[in-house]
Amino acid sequence: MSILGIFQKRTSSAVARDRLQLILAHERAESGRPDLVIQLREEILAVIANHVAVEPDKVKVTLERGAGVSTLGLDIELPLGASAKLDAKLANKLAEVAKQSTKKAA
Amino acid sequence: MAKVLVVTSGKGGVGKTTTTAALGAALAQGGQSVCVVDFDVGLRNLDLVMGAERRVVYDLINVVNGDAKLPQALIKDKRLEGLHLLPASQTRDKDALTDEGVARVMDELRAKFDWVVCDSPAGIERGAQLAMHHADVAIVVTNPEVSSVRDSDRIIGLLDSKTAKAERGEEMEKHLILTRYDPTRADRGDMLKTEDVLEILSIPLLAIIPESQEVLRASNVGCPVTLNNPLCAPARAYADAAKRLRGEDVPMVLPTERKSFLDKLFMRRAA
Repeated sequence: MSILGIFQKRTSSAVARDRLQLILAHERAESGRPDLVIQLREEILAVIANHVAVEPDKVKVTLERGAGVSTLGLDIELPLGASAKLDAKLANKLAEVAKQSTKKAA
Repeated sequence: MAKVLVVTSGKGGVGKTTTTAALGAALAQGGQSVCVVDFDVGLRNLDLVMGAERRVVYDLINVVNGDAKLPQALIKDKRLEGLHLLPASQTRDKDALTDEGVARVMDELRAKFDWVVCDSPAGIERGAQLAMHHADVAIVVTNPEVSSVRDSDRIIGLLDSKTAKAERGEEMEKHLILTRYDPTRADRGDMLKTEDVLEILSIPLLAIIPESQEVLRASNVGCPVTLNNPLCAPARAYADAAKRLRGEDVPMVLPTERKSFLDKLFMRRAA
């Protein structure tokens, strides 16, 4: 690169080369398991569904393939009742514990 | 309710994907909501030309099979409000697409957007026929070369016989986009003229896209040419085509590169 090169915009062919190298590296790596993202989503959702009622339509999955790492994003909308349900469960449990301890005391 | 366009050609490498991206972006630049759909299963490239290749999670086959809902598979363009991409699968083959599944997805797309632009694979087999099946309007992309013109003629035959519209006994609306046109060579007699191609194919002309280095530049950086450099000649030709599709009466001129005073002064730098 010449001294002038510092002031020049990167050529479009250089951008093309970098984009291709990156996406081809990912595609070659993924070629063995093309459905990895689907599988990850299903399993992660199953774990969450054990605790909260999740609507499958309210799940946004994003993926950003970067140099070196990929980022998988799961954006899950929890319904208003979901946390309340959890709180109720917790309250019940606390009440039970409290009852048992009072029984013991008596 | 969307209008569904199919961008098709028969021959490969004539500019279907470039045209799909450029027209889709031009329609969205006009304030329309647009989805560009890649039907080239196994050899997807619309994602690369649109610059969304790193963000593909789900594809057309996932939606057809019910692995993902349509909104989850749509990739929103980061630069242009209203522009969306539904990518093709890179790993499966076209046999994973069922007729019923594609019909259902097309219905959903129709309800959601103003325009659905389907990028057809090359060839005349099942993939190309699936891409054109649900179209209301066909855009035939042709180079001024004998092989491309002949293949376009085959495709026009299929459009008139194998599409849902044809099966209902309706006439498919067809338009020609002539790409990589070089008026100097055509004038010299080294290239088929627009009139020659129009006479042979006898479908109305939607646009002439001049041969330009801007097309490669735009695909290098992953940006539709109408968005990457809206003032360049091919971008203006595609923008006019989009206006014509929306029913505007735009006179047909062959856009040429506008040279600035400095460019003219230093002609040597132009290449």
